[in-house]
Amino acid sequence: MISFDLTEEQQMIRDTVVAFAAAEIRPAARAADETGAIPSALIEQAWELGLVRGVIPEKFGGYGDARSAVTGAIVAEELAFGDLSIAIHALAPRLIAFPVMEFGSDDQRGRILKDFAGDTFAAGTAALAEPRFDFDASALDTTAKPDGAGFILNGVKCCVPLASDSATILVFAASNRDAGFGGMDGFLLPRGTPGLTVSGREQNMGLKGLATYEMKLENCRVGRESRLGGDHGINFARIVGQSRVAAAAMAVGVAHAAYAYAKAYDKERKAFGVPIAAKQAIAFMLAEMAIEIDATRLLVWEAAACLDRGEDALTESYQARNYAAQSSMMVTDNAVQILGGHGYIREHPVEMFLRNARGFAVLEGIATV
Amino acid sequence: MIDFEFEPQVRAQLKIYHAVAEGLMRPISREYDEREHEKPWQFFEAMWSASQSLGPAAGPEKSIAPEKGDGAAKLRNLYTCLSTEELCWGDAGLFLSIPNPGLGGAAVAAAGTPEQKDRFLRRFREGRPKWGAMAITEPGCGSDSAAITTTATRDGDEWVINGTKIFCTAGQMSAEKSEGFVVVWATLDRSAGRAGIKPFVVEHHTPGMTVTRVENKLGIRASDTAMIVFDNCRVPASNLLGSAEVKATGGFKDVMATFDATRPIVAAMAIGVGRAALDYVRDFLKDQKVPIRYGISPRRLTAVERDFMEMEVQLKAARLLTWRAAWMLDMGLRNSLEASMAKAKAGKAVTLITQKAVELLGPIGYSRKVLVEKWMRDAKINDIFEGTQQINLMIVARRILDYSSKELN
Repeated sequence: MISFDLTEEQQMIRDTVVAFAAAEIRPAARAADETGAIPSALIEQAWELGLVRGVIPEKFGGYGDARSAVTGAIVAEELAFGDLSIAIHALAPRLIAFPVMEFGSDDQRGRILKDFAGDTFAAGTAALAEPRFDFDASALDTTAKPDGAGFILNGVKCCVPLASDSATILVFAASNRDAGFGGMDGFLLPRGTPGLTVSGREQNMGLKGLATYEMKLENCRVGRESRLGGDHGINFARIVGQSRVAAAAMAVGVAHAAYAYAKAYDKERKAFGVPIAAKQAIAFMLAEMAIEIDATRLLVWEAAACLDRGEDALTESYQARNYAAQSSMMVTDNAVQILGGHGYIREHPVEMFLRNARGFAVLEGIATV
Repeated sequence: MIDFEFEPQVRAQLKIYHAVAEGLMRPISREYDEREHEKPWQFFEAMWSASQSLGPAAGPEKSIAPEKGDGAAKLRNLYTCLSTEELCWGDAGLFLSIPNPGLGGAAVAAAGTPEQKDRFLRRFREGRPKWGAMAITEPGCGSDSAAITTTATRDGDEWVINGTKIFCTAGQMSAEKSEGFVVVWATLDRSAGRAGIKPFVVEHHTPGMTVTRVENKLGIRASDTAMIVFDNCRVPASNLLGSAEVKATGGFKDVMATFDATRPIVAAMAIGVGRAALDYVRDFLKDQKVPIRYGISPRRLTAVERDFMEMEVQLKAARLLTWRAAWMLDMGLRNSLEASMAKAKAGKAVTLITQKAVELLGPIGYSRKVLVEKWMRDAKINDIFEGTQQINLMIVARRILDYSSKELN
């Protein structure tokens, strides 16, 4: 039955994350952007919210909370409202822990999940994106060829968060490049696997606080046991759907941050004797921003609800992600525009929101729900 | 819990509405677009008898809401949006011409006493097809409805109404072609502004009420849009809805509050028209073997794919905003902000979707041989009536900024 209500638990989680984002994340956002570093104390604080560990089953050391894509979307949005780099960093362990939880063999779950069930943050990540303009998740260029007792991996990955600090990296590669999502597999690669090179940190226009890396796989041999899900493999379409929903939710958070900042500014800033928000030209921009933020959030929730029903939500998540990429650009650009010259100055965060928002149309696989 | 899926029972009911749209509306859609002021009486009779058989005061929502159980029955506004979308997928002009209490009935329901509700609304449960209409807009004021100049003066047991109203949907059907009524807004005291404006029910064929003009329009041509002149038109004192006290709250405010319910419905109308165009384009592209490849790299999409996907997601975004606004009302939550968001989004989105549909189909879209050009003309009204795009943006802006109408105008 149709409902737009969050559950009590979701409201509680949201309240917690909203408070944390306002009190801890936002004040650290500018420094992270300027210095490229996120204080580890902040990441530990975020870890204590249990946003990764909470969902891990009790038998692997977690709290065994039910996993829900809607809840995941709410968490992703509200953390990103604080700061996108910090949000992605704090949630990065999900990139490997969640697919392992959902598709891993008993052995893989036992091996990997305990790393993310401890009292302190452990870096974790997955490598999906590849450095080409028309990157297509359903036809990866990175290949995995069966070879004797295992596989040989070749290819180049990019935009891999926290790759240099992660003990294990989940690498997505094509076993059969022409079979669409069904031909894609995941492989659990320990750092230091021969043939795996993590190159220097990437420098991007936005997301500057987040450490992302390019990775090369050159005749990288892995055993059979490293294939995620064993002989059953994975439902890669669903993994991609989950990552798109997460990215779209984060785009809503960034857009909301820009909108809220611009709205507050406009009620203060006076021109011609009145707050500029009292001028239709500005007020109408804000109204359209508010409408687009709500519309995007509903598209995200719709896709997330599909995932929660067990569907892949491939179309829904694609729609939500592309819409969010567009609407977050519109909203953040409007926010800079509304602040005028001040919007262009790094003293205000809206220029950072604009740079961060541009990433949503470009990056894939940086978060999951 | 967030859930955007309907139970099977509701989906089954929607199929019935869809069958009406497809079987009764589409076949006469072009005909009553071309023959603008002719009336499809056979269709009226069919819709009237269908509403009669559904029992007392059956609106579309009554038949769609599950009878009992899980609380779904209380989603009345949401289900009205669903049935509205289906019927407007059929034809928005014909939808607006269906015999029912209309906006006049909504005003009676919002501001009338129990006696008035019975007296004015009972007729919709018996006899021949009837219409109700609402007359607010005047030649000199539209969105600025507080500037109404039509007057009502007390004379003994009667009110005497003088003035001219325009853009009255189903005005002719309500005033002259059936035993319906028109709710007319008139001021008792112009110096009192909004507080002095009161609603009066004027019965069909009341002397002094004349339909002087029925407009020729861009679209929704099956629906009559009337100019009505009130010239010393006398109505019983008991036809004033609410209190005659100028200072009394209610009245104008009550009916302004009906916008919270009607704006999502207009948004749903837009969505029905947009879906009609989208369905046509989808089938057409399939026929032409033009693929729509969801999931591939956005950089590999053709221009047609991009356009089509944009249309599809815009329609969905508008629909979700609309459902939210209606659902909030059903939950007893204040929804003025969300209703205006939905109306602004749906009106604009569907205007653009239908324009794009004509463009994508080329000369076929432009031709009156197919209905796509009609849907583009029909769609536009949804960005205008029940508050233009700009009025709805103004309402959204005031609410998000917490500004009064004095602070932001």
